[in-house]
Amino acid sequence: MSTETESIVTAEAGSRSMRRGMRELRRAEGGGTPPVSAGRRAHGRRETIAGYGFLVPWLIGFLGLTVGPMIYSLYLAFTKYNLFTEPEWVGFDNFVRMFTDDPNYLQSVQITLVYVLVGTPIKLAAALGIALLLNYRNKGSGFFRSSFYAPSLIGASVSVAIVWRAMFSTGGPVDGSLNLFGIQLGGWVGNVALVLPMMILLAVWQFGAPMVIFLAGLKQVPAELYEAAEVDGAGPVRKFWSVTIPMLSPVIFFNLLLETINAFQVFASAFIISNGSGGPAGMTNFYTVYLYKRGFADLQMGYASAMAWVLVVVVAIIAFILFKTQKSWVHYAGENR
Amino acid sequence: MTYTTDVPRAEFAEITTEGGRAPRRRAPRRKTINTVIWFVVLLAFTAIVLYPLVWLLFSTFKPSSEFGQNPGLLPENPTIDNYVKVVEGIGGTPLWQFFANSLFIAVMAVIGTLISSALAAYAFARIKFRGVGVLFAAMIGTLLLPFHVIIIPQYILFNKLELVDTYWPLILPKFLATEAFFVFLIVQFIRNIPRDMDEAARIDGAGHLRIFFSIIVPLIKPALITSAIFTFIWTWNDFLGPLLYVNSPEKYPLPIALRLYNDATSTSDYGATVAVSFLALLPILIFFIVFQRFLVEGVATQGLKG
Repeated sequence: MSTETESIVTAEAGSRSMRRGMRELRRAEGGGTPPVSAGRRAHGRRETIAGYGFLVPWLIGFLGLTVGPMIYSLYLAFTKYNLFTEPEWVGFDNFVRMFTDDPNYLQSVQITLVYVLVGTPIKLAAALGIALLLNYRNKGSGFFRSSFYAPSLIGASVSVAIVWRAMFSTGGPVDGSLNLFGIQLGGWVGNVALVLPMMILLAVWQFGAPMVIFLAGLKQVPAELYEAAEVDGAGPVRKFWSVTIPMLSPVIFFNLLLETINAFQVFASAFIISNGSGGPAGMTNFYTVYLYKRGFADLQMGYASAMAWVLVVVVAIIAFILFKTQKSWVHYAGENR
Repeated sequence: MTYTTDVPRAEFAEITTEGGRAPRRRAPRRKTINTVIWFVVLLAFTAIVLYPLVWLLFSTFKPSSEFGQNPGLLPENPTIDNYVKVVEGIGGTPLWQFFANSLFIAVMAVIGTLISSALAAYAFARIKFRGVGVLFAAMIGTLLLPFHVIIIPQYILFNKLELVDTYWPLILPKFLATEAFFVFLIVQFIRNIPRDMDEAARIDGAGHLRIFFSIIVPLIKPALITSAIFTFIWTWNDFLGPLLYVNSPEKYPLPIALRLYNDATSTSDYGATVAVSFLALLPILIFFIVFQRFLVEGVATQGLKG
């Protein structure tokens, strides 16, 4: 079962490898394996048997636990199903209800979008800023890098959600320190206006994973480029925008894609902080929390499946847009490996 | 932020330029000042970032009455009562039982993930067969798939198989390499291993199984260790999985048990909740401190150098 952290780390696997995957896909689409001579056909057949043999566990999981469930979920999205009686076909009813007759759903979409669209850019900006700072010097940066990475590893855990709630409660450390400056906000947890910023801060706190990727990317920017820019009279600002950002754009793209997709799937922290209610006033009722409530608390599995498919479509559209626009802003310098 | 690259370049210049005495002498002092500022700024950031964890540790020694009253770090009346209390457990289940449950699930998940992911990765990286490209792309695709789309049908499936309230739904998927990230990670690693040894073994008549076990597995140990650590931590932290599938309190892993403390005692006994939170986090933090190089460095470089 995936968690938030998981896909964060996925990002670290890097953009270059991703492109290789894409290339392979293209190659596979275009004609498949090259023609083989008759003498090597037996060898080819042995290889095929070996290949699928090694893949047996993955194939069972892929078909039985991913593709099969996806198809079944698509079917359920058009039904009414409560786990105990047979699914009842209702056509597009679930989708219509979602967008016309379920204010909780629309609110859930709204706060999730705010969370994603505000939280992700702040998180990535923090990650990039700190990465630049760390890249300034090699010696001693290892300690800081590890310290900053730690929250990414534990951020989605129940323990951290409990700490976060305690820290932002009335009379907790955050409230206490703000009081020192004369700011009387009280607890953030029960405050309709502050609970979402609190959740966004929890996401931003986990900037370490994208930071590590940025840092690895920065280390690969060739020093000659900066020298050349300097010869041309570029100052530090100019060098940042004309060398660092373009050279880093594949990594920015990769982080943006994965962090955005991840942010849509925030669950455990919101669930714990609100005791599963999504409150106050639905302000932590994130998409997946609401999906869980509909599917597993109310046993409206058809409706929840429809919600899940809307999420898949939205994520697919975002990924598609990012991949399409990358031509205009993502700069792949060494496409020749 | 923008002077990031100045220093590495300056060092570079120092090594290569011969006899440039004057700039060399001026540079170090400015460099020292910059370095001091750099350390101070980063130490300040570190303090902010790690504060929640330090606060958690100190708060475990606060009596429950201090929560909401004492926002500071240090307890006014330090006590170990919280720990004494929580060791007994909750609802008739001792605390160690929750730890044992979490440990069992995590260890099984590690074993399953390593076996199934390494096998799949070998096929993707080293065997040329019909359909490998399409399957590899599909595997990459599952990395981006929001997993909420499969939890409902998976639940229905495991419910039909009468496996709800067992650990099977949490462990079985790991033996089927459903964590595509690890397959991907190991594929990357295998691709960086020169094929010479494979080919030599092939000429000597070794099949894929022999090559896999006697050549590849020993060489991909770093990737396996990284995968093992991450699997352990993610499984240990996983909340939604056991929330869906584990119903009996005596089978609860820590995150769900924590919820029990959280719900039952949050108003009256914050101290106990915080103490269990810390204990649940402790193994992960120790893991992290011991293996941090492996986690941070290993993954960042493996991925990007792909």
